Amino acid sequence: MRRRTAIALGLAAPLLPSRPAAAACPEPRGTGDLFVIVERARGSLLIAESTGNTVLGRVEGLGDLSHASLVFSRDARFAFVFGRDGGLSKVDLLERRLAARVVQAGNAIGGAIAQDGRVVAVANYEPGGVRLFDAATLAPLLEVPAVGADGKRSKVVGLVDTADNGFAFTLWDSGEIWLLDPSDPAAPRITKFPGIGSLPYDANVTPDGRFYVAGLFGEDGLVLLDLWHPETGPKRILDGYGRGEEPLPVYKMPHLEGWGAAGEHLLLPAVGRHEVLVVDRRSWREVGRIPVLGQPVFVVVRPDGREAWVSFAHPKNGAVQILDLERLSVAATLTPGRAVLHLEFTPRGERLWLSARDDDRVVVMDTRRRAVLASLPADKPSGIFSTARAHRIGS
Amino acid sequence: MPERAAAATLLLLLLAAPGRPGEAPAADPGPSAARRAELVHLLRHDCGSCHGLTMNGGLGPPLLPATLAPKDREALVVTVLEGRPGTPMPPWKHELAEAEARYLVDLLVEGRVP
Repeated sequence: MRRRTAIALGLAAPLLPSRPAAAACPEPRGTGDLFVIVERARGSLLIAESTGNTVLGRVEGLGDLSHASLVFSRDARFAFVFGRDGGLSKVDLLERRLAARVVQAGNAIGGAIAQDGRVVAVANYEPGGVRLFDAATLAPLLEVPAVGADGKRSKVVGLVDTADNGFAFTLWDSGEIWLLDPSDPAAPRITKFPGIGSLPYDANVTPDGRFYVAGLFGEDGLVLLDLWHPETGPKRILDGYGRGEEPLPVYKMPHLEGWGAAGEHLLLPAVGRHEVLVVDRRSWREVGRIPVLGQPVFVVVRPDGREAWVSFAHPKNGAVQILDLERLSVAATLTPGRAVLHLEFTPRGERLWLSARDDDRVVVMDTRRRAVLASLPADKPSGIFSTARAHRIGS
Repeated sequence: MPERAAAATLLLLLLAAPGRPGEAPAADPGPSAARRAELVHLLRHDCGSCHGLTMNGGLGPPLLPATLAPKDREALVVTVLEGRPGTPMPPWKHELAEAEARYLVDLLVEGRVP
């Protein structure tokens, strides 16, 4: 039966008009090797591929992309781009065009896509809160004003997807973690954990989706919430890691991202100290700290867990350090470009892409030889995002 | 090596720049043209990482003429140099001379950021 259908279609085929998509996309291709690069000043994205390390094209008109980030649809065909100016753009990576766009707030910081891929959530600074949108159409679904225990609207940071199509986020001004279950948009369920500490600057979920960790700027320590057992409440970890010393100036906020588990360890940037903290994922106790040459911003674990590559805040942002995670020490210091803003590994870690903002290029490195493989021109590049994120929790 | 070269260049620029502490402040022409370009770059991209590329605000407050107008310029210069303890605003005195901070404050207050 099936074969007969196929034959019938085969006979019918010559009668059909020639393939209409042929002009736009000469060869059908997948999206699994695509990298999306944010050009922060120009308000555009570069769509690149990581097999031959080439740029395929540019998508413009995305507004103010300073500090922009993005997530992918579950089929990795579309990117949802969160702009500083509150713009939420849906970009078709294959046709390389803007598929939809809304300006949904005055000032935004990032977002997440739900586990089932049907809802996109945006974290807003102004007005402080979270808004949810239909991933297919960008139609608004729900608004959650982040009014903290102090009665004021707070900026929202650290928005991530959680199990059961939920979201977790953190209130910067009032120091709270909220869990959002939007399954009934008419009556969303919000669980609030106030009083977690001073100025939580970012948060993320562990790669297995179980633990939500918020970093504090105003105190030495981090906050841990077990999403399997939220009823047990947030717990302080690495309390007082600065040992009461005067913090060093922080010229760029660290990010809790790319911290993939390295065996039993989790790596976290210290704030106001030139160290990477190593935490045991079971006891949540510090097992070591690795001195580095500046304020770490991104501590990105190579997918095989053997190394982490670290970028730094101004004025050390021309350096990248490679940490050996067996020895918990610095293995190499590289100067791959001026103002390195972001690092992204290929899905299996054989290469690393990094953005050198002040050189206007993206550098592709062989991670084993630690050598430059390619250098791609880009206009003030910042974030680099592999479509492999489409299939990861919390990214 | 490139970093060291950059640092050396920066040092030369700083030494060459007029308006360093210890010089007569009366006829202070401010930073040199080359240094001004560096300062504007720093303002847009490094200050901008918290205050926004367009100075429209982010984790840090907006630095637009309307929001800065009620504030005292000298106080703003002190904020840039000393930071604001208890907030993420760091002290820039290790990076910027007072005349350089004043140059940036003037650009912001007068809405003249190139």
